[in-house]
Amino acid sequence: MIPIQLLMIDVWFGLEKLLLIGAIISFSLVVAMYTTFAERKIAGFMQDRRGPNRAGPFGILQPLADGLKLFFKEEIIPLTSNKGLFVLGPALAMLTAMLTSAVIPWGSQIEIAGRTVSLQVADVNIGILYVFGVVSLGVYGIMIGGWSSNNKFSLLAAVRGASQIISYELAMGLSLISLLLMTGSLSLKTIVEQQMQGGWGGLLGWNILYQPLAFLIFLICVFAECNRTPFDLPEAENELNFGYHQEYSSMKLGLYLFSEYVNMFISSAVVSTLFFGGYDIPFVNEAELASNIGVNLVALFGFLAFFAKIAFFLFLFIWVRWTIPRFRYDQLMDLGWKKLIPLALANLLITAVVLLALNK
Amino acid sequence: MGPLTNRAKTLEQKPLTFWESLYLPAIFKGMAITFGHMFKKKPTINYPEQQRPFSSVFRGLHVLNRDEEGRENCTACGLCAVACPAEAITMEAAERQPGEENLYREEKYAAKYEINMLRCIFCGLCEEACPKDAIYLSETFAPSDFTRKGFIYGKENLLIPHPVTEKEKYEMAKGQREQQTKNK
Repeated sequence: MIPIQLLMIDVWFGLEKLLLIGAIISFSLVVAMYTTFAERKIAGFMQDRRGPNRAGPFGILQPLADGLKLFFKEEIIPLTSNKGLFVLGPALAMLTAMLTSAVIPWGSQIEIAGRTVSLQVADVNIGILYVFGVVSLGVYGIMIGGWSSNNKFSLLAAVRGASQIISYELAMGLSLISLLLMTGSLSLKTIVEQQMQGGWGGLLGWNILYQPLAFLIFLICVFAECNRTPFDLPEAENELNFGYHQEYSSMKLGLYLFSEYVNMFISSAVVSTLFFGGYDIPFVNEAELASNIGVNLVALFGFLAFFAKIAFFLFLFIWVRWTIPRFRYDQLMDLGWKKLIPLALANLLITAVVLLALNK
Repeated sequence: MGPLTNRAKTLEQKPLTFWESLYLPAIFKGMAITFGHMFKKKPTINYPEQQRPFSSVFRGLHVLNRDEEGRENCTACGLCAVACPAEAITMEAAERQPGEENLYREEKYAAKYEINMLRCIFCGLCEEACPKDAIYLSETFAPSDFTRKGFIYGKENLLIPHPVTEKEKYEMAKGQREQQTKNK
């Protein structure tokens, strides 16, 4: 017999979560769309060019034109490919890119008609573990796409991508453990709230001040996990002809290219949450402000602050891409295994010793 | 053997210092350079909206001239075809019939006058060879086309609009260049 409590599902709860999920997904997609535009524009500026400026004023309709073009392209599935997996690959890449957004706190909370709505889809107490789990799944998009294309270049790229992501996950996890030693919680919401307690309206509480090395290692690993330059070996246009999505065409290719930008957006959000106080507004005491102008406005400003941080990291992604050339494969492995992992371990040790000495 | 110039620099290849082997300072330096380039003036011209001014001696598409009353200047003497180093010009002469005096200035005229714009090198020798001031090079350059055939320009493409009936178009086609050559 089913307990009666299970049947009493709060309809409004479900509805607000559904709305939130819809809003977050469409927001991520729009941001990813315009990141592609920003990428081209900034790349142009950094190379003394103008970048796309034909579609609409300043070219702001360019992403729409790009997307439309991809939709109207002929869809080719190679005869020798494994068709089921070939179709599954881009879908999986997109899915894993979006999944992480579920545990990120996008703002504090808002009040609608007396209900307090949290701006986080799921405040799971193992938030960071969940992020790591989903990020590890991300390798399947590349792996399945590359393998099922039945193309030598694609397979090489897939193998590269898989080993790269697995290698850098280690350093990424280790660098975060030292952070977790300090926070004592895996919940992203708790981590943000702890950071908000610091002085100067939260600024002195940001984890970047206490764990700069962990931040650096984490950032480098995030670049590697997103397959962005200088770690874009799975794509490597000039050695692998585009890598794992070489055989893809039309919107399947679009989904692959697009998932890279969604990944960038979500990773930026994770970095901002963990190290830069998430939706914390620097120099502002949120609780005080909330009593003056209301919870909803504070949530809005908090979200804007969060988005500004994300935008900075998106810019950093692009900036680094157009500055640094690609690593050689042995250099990549060397950096991951011989430099970052020992560094992260040392950082972990130091953090543990200091925490022990301070008796926290 | 000593160096030929005093510009040669001896390159010392020392092992990287600890600071250098971190690579991070070099990366930040590189990022500063790329960031600086974001605000530099772009050398690109937004072509259809913005155009570079032509020099006064620019040689563009040919124009077959008419006189003030709108009669064609060309007498099909063939000097331009002879002068043409690329052999791009062909023509067929015809005799003016009574009653065509308002069309052609002299007794002989070009019934067919073709320039192959794919052969033409826009040297302007045809303009120099012409004794009747019938052909000159304008400031427009050849528009694109889908076929090779489209680049063989006949009289309908080359002839300047009629100065009396289509005054505005005539002025536009005449442009600056003919004035300048006349002033010389």
